[in-house]
Amino acid sequence: MFNFVLRRLLIAIPSLLGISAILYCILAVAPGDPFGDLATNPAVPAEVIASLRAKFGLDDPPWLRYAHWLLAMFQGDWGYSFVSRVEVGHLILQRLPTTLFVVGISQVLAMAVALPVGVYAAVRPYSLFDHLASAMAFVGFSLPTFFTGVLLIMLFSIQLGWLPLVYQADLPETGWAWFAAQIRQSLMPIMVLALFQCASWTRYIRSAVLDVAYLDYVTTARAKGLGEFKVVLRHIVRNSLIPVITLVALQIPAIFGGAIVTEQIFRVPGIGSLLISSILANDTPVVMAVTFVFACLVVGFNILADLAYGWVDPRIKND
Amino acid sequence: MLGAIVLMVVFGPLLWPVAINDIDFGARLQGPTLAHPMGTDDLGQDLLARMLYGGRISLAVGLAAMVVSVLVGVTVGAVAAMSRGTVGTSLVWLTDLFLSLPQLPLLLLILYLFRDTLAASLGQEAGTFILVTCVLGGLRWMSVARLTRGQFLSLREKDFVEAARAVGATRARQTFRHILPNSASSIIVAATINVAEAIVAESTLSFLGLGFPSDVPTWGRLLFESKDYLDIAAYWALFAGGAIFLTVLCINFIGDGLRDALDPREVRV
Repeated sequence: MFNFVLRRLLIAIPSLLGISAILYCILAVAPGDPFGDLATNPAVPAEVIASLRAKFGLDDPPWLRYAHWLLAMFQGDWGYSFVSRVEVGHLILQRLPTTLFVVGISQVLAMAVALPVGVYAAVRPYSLFDHLASAMAFVGFSLPTFFTGVLLIMLFSIQLGWLPLVYQADLPETGWAWFAAQIRQSLMPIMVLALFQCASWTRYIRSAVLDVAYLDYVTTARAKGLGEFKVVLRHIVRNSLIPVITLVALQIPAIFGGAIVTEQIFRVPGIGSLLISSILANDTPVVMAVTFVFACLVVGFNILADLAYGWVDPRIKND
Repeated sequence: MLGAIVLMVVFGPLLWPVAINDIDFGARLQGPTLAHPMGTDDLGQDLLARMLYGGRISLAVGLAAMVVSVLVGVTVGAVAAMSRGTVGTSLVWLTDLFLSLPQLPLLLLILYLFRDTLAASLGQEAGTFILVTCVLGGLRWMSVARLTRGQFLSLREKDFVEAARAVGATRARQTFRHILPNSASSIIVAATINVAEAIVAESTLSFLGLGFPSDVPTWGRLLFESKDYLDIAAYWALFAGGAIFLTVLCINFIGDGLRDALDPREVRV
């Protein structure tokens, strides 16, 4: 098991390096000069700009600049934001917990609903429950997240006035009241994300369980006299989880993308909205750093998914 | 229903005489009336005309992005499956690498960096169209490539391909004449789903304010503009979002139906 974990961690490092190389290539190819503003300033003579460029190493060959950038990233020196002059790492650390909170809870909620619904729908195929669940999953899957968010705002904030429209990072209440207020304000973003994921996962879980449910060993288990619930839990669900975990791992980049949209709609102060606001403000260091953080999150969760895969499927562990 | 939407979008602007940019402050934020069947927005512009025009763009971007992603994906998958040795493995590694790229942030990054130059060289709309299409297609080819590679690997060992090999067919001929037509059905299903995803992705970009320029009324942009007027002009958001939802629903239905019809391995209880 330890070897497996170690191997996965080691494989992740070239992936991260590859991603950082791609990111840096995009930035290197992009037009625009960090000193473009200075160049149009008549008070700054051309030699000063040239020596500034030499000092910051802007005239070095691209691979050397990439090596410097990578080294700086690993040392935690992520630069300063053009707009607010705050250290980029500080900005990101401020906002990261909110995003992880909303995304994490929504995924757990989505899985907690999708798993029972999908399994039950597959165990009783073509019944009323199955038809209803499949239809709702289909509809939920075709609704874009921003439309769901807008609809929920229209219903719960405007018509009914039950839930607040804007997410506040610093709530004035304390104790249990804070907890209740926090749940009230994060309910809608979490529901939006969870709904979309739940719909797509229900369909996949249903087809994965259908693939497994008619195999011989399940019939044997039933013939042995095992109760239906134990058959479903011990044999069917465990074996159908394998392709489902692969699917979850593949969808992780899309989940973070969905979080960006949700943060825009509900004004949640997470790293997604930081990305959008820094793009609109042309704040390059923040944009690069946030994209890199997203890439790291994706790679990290892929590793977790691989470990879960190894835990669920013993054949992989002993490879 | 999809056919109806496509027909409306293609021929609608020719039949509906109101221009999309007719600003008429006297008619601001009206609900659906006879003169403006879908109402007006905050500048008094007719929503039906804007929806029809935006529909053309949204659908065109979806289709074009699908074409790009399918072309790249099938090529990569086919080459990875048919070649032996390091080329195959390195292509697989490349596919996995691209799969772990965070799509939306990267999309936003590339648009942010390249939008101005392309707009300067090719004109606002055309430049953005090409950029959005290439980037959307360029970030979605991976699943098509994986699918193609899997199909090709399993078909490559089948008897009829081996027979072709024995008769002396080159690898290229085997691919195009024998393997590709047989894997076409799953590629078509993947392509259909790709169109739906591309339309949603383009709407998401416009919704975040970072897709097409702000005067081009794509459906996502209309939804973005309606966000601030939800309490007094709910019909605006409903029409824009509803159009996206219905189109994507239809495409998903068609994709599902195609998969049921073309995939013989489906479990029939």
